[in-house]
Amino acid sequence: MSIRIRHLNHVYDPGSPYETNALIDINLDIARGEFIGLIGHTGSGKSTLIQQLNGLLKPQSGQIVVNGYDITAKGIKLSDIRKRVGIVFQYPEYQLFEETVLKDVAYGPTNLGLAKDDALRIAHEALESVGFNPEEIGGMSPFELSGGQKRRVAIAGILAMQPEVLILDEPTAGLDPKSRRDLLELVAKEHRAHKRTTILVSHSMEDVARYVDRIIVMDSGMIKFFDVPAAVFEHEATLKALGLDIPEVTKIIKALNRKGFNLPEDIYHYEVLAKLLVERLGGDPC
Amino acid sequence: MLRDITIGQYYPTNSVVHQMDARFKILATFGLLTLLFLVQSLVAYVPIVIFLLALIKITGVPLKFVLRGLKPIVIIILLTVSINLFMTPGVTLVKFWFLTISYEGLRQAVFMASRLMLLIMGSSMMTFTTSPIELTDGIEHLLNPFKRIGVPAHEIAMMMSIALRFIPTLLEETDKIMKAQMARGADFETGSLIHRAKSLVPILVPLFISAFRRADELAMAMESRCYRGGNERTRMKNLQYTVRDAYGLLAMVLLMCSVIGANVIMAGFGYAI
Repeated sequence: MSIRIRHLNHVYDPGSPYETNALIDINLDIARGEFIGLIGHTGSGKSTLIQQLNGLLKPQSGQIVVNGYDITAKGIKLSDIRKRVGIVFQYPEYQLFEETVLKDVAYGPTNLGLAKDDALRIAHEALESVGFNPEEIGGMSPFELSGGQKRRVAIAGILAMQPEVLILDEPTAGLDPKSRRDLLELVAKEHRAHKRTTILVSHSMEDVARYVDRIIVMDSGMIKFFDVPAAVFEHEATLKALGLDIPEVTKIIKALNRKGFNLPEDIYHYEVLAKLLVERLGGDPC
Repeated sequence: MLRDITIGQYYPTNSVVHQMDARFKILATFGLLTLLFLVQSLVAYVPIVIFLLALIKITGVPLKFVLRGLKPIVIIILLTVSINLFMTPGVTLVKFWFLTISYEGLRQAVFMASRLMLLIMGSSMMTFTTSPIELTDGIEHLLNPFKRIGVPAHEIAMMMSIALRFIPTLLEETDKIMKAQMARGADFETGSLIHRAKSLVPILVPLFISAFRRADELAMAMESRCYRGGNERTRMKNLQYTVRDAYGLLAMVLLMCSVIGANVIMAGFGYAI
């Protein structure tokens, strides 16, 4: 088991008028190498949960074990947690600060105690894995880059820490459709290459459904569903009530199935669905 | 960690004090602060303490919350206390090693510590009970008479409301950036002073960049809505003195009389305590 959470509770501002229960008795098991999608509307507790996983927030009660290592135990070294769990926060480009891209990416590994040369070498590799040519971009100032490039540099900054678990909080927020696709492809490629447990936080069911193995749906501090995408999308009405939706492709398939098509419901690419329909109907693939 | 700062915060409970006119509350706070500096004897603090406790009770702000506001100045208070305690010459009470505590020193230390704490508590009661918008409205009104001599009352109030408006935003931003850098293994809590100062760079650079970006965006938004200062602007809520303020005034006058009275009486004893 990669991540094991037992009876996790978190309350913000206990004892003040702003007191809120952000997490209520969360129990969760995530297998090693699994790709998980975390979904829920604003204020459902997603952010609180991922910050717990990284030791940025301490729970009021409960236990979190990451790869056999209890990160909620007393007297734990924070750098040990950070080494294991890397978080790419929302709009990560706003955390860039160094003079050059390479130095910025090397900031994480340096903090973990790596020698300067090793840190720079890893930073080099991390830049390559997010699709940059380190020679070309490494010496530039991060503030000269475009928004999408900055974001990839920021993600490289986390990858360079070589975490066992990677968490991405809305990595595609504010990007144009092409950059969105590219970035998600990159995350998926990175997941395939290292078989690293990955958690993708997102608002978009469409994005999540295409890549992840299982989906966690959160609502008001509790886990509503935790299952493979097709099983989660069975609960269309409940999801709608939570302010969420099912992917458009799934809607089309469901509508077709009601007309007697009997298509598999776990298709999340339009191209695949199109091909399948062409086969069924015996038309000419165009 | 940044959530601990309560000084300057608004604590909404909709009590009588919250509904009072902002102008009156500002003037009353000035009155209270002046009064604190007029106190000559520890006895004269008693009515002020009673007044503040009653105020806290009436407003419904938890005492714990008010006391938390003292946290940032604990060091200043300790410094003042120890300097006054050991440096004031007078009748020796205790003596050990090279440190001497005199009766006068003890009195002075308690005196100064009480003054500092009451100053902070008194002024934070104003911000606890007055929303930032009311506060700046009040300040603008109070500054209006000085417009004739060239004081840009509206602009000052506008700058203050923008500054106040952005305190929570910037705090939140700082919190986010700190978390992001902590997730990258940054450590702000251990190491030498130089190491800790250096570790602030990864926070300050992004923070400055975002503050400039926000200022730019705000200026653009204001300009595109044709903002041009205070000329003939009307407001949604007009400030209005009511009977509540009269009660407040009465309480303030009573407080002043009792403090001055206590001062005068204690003067007869040569300010023994």
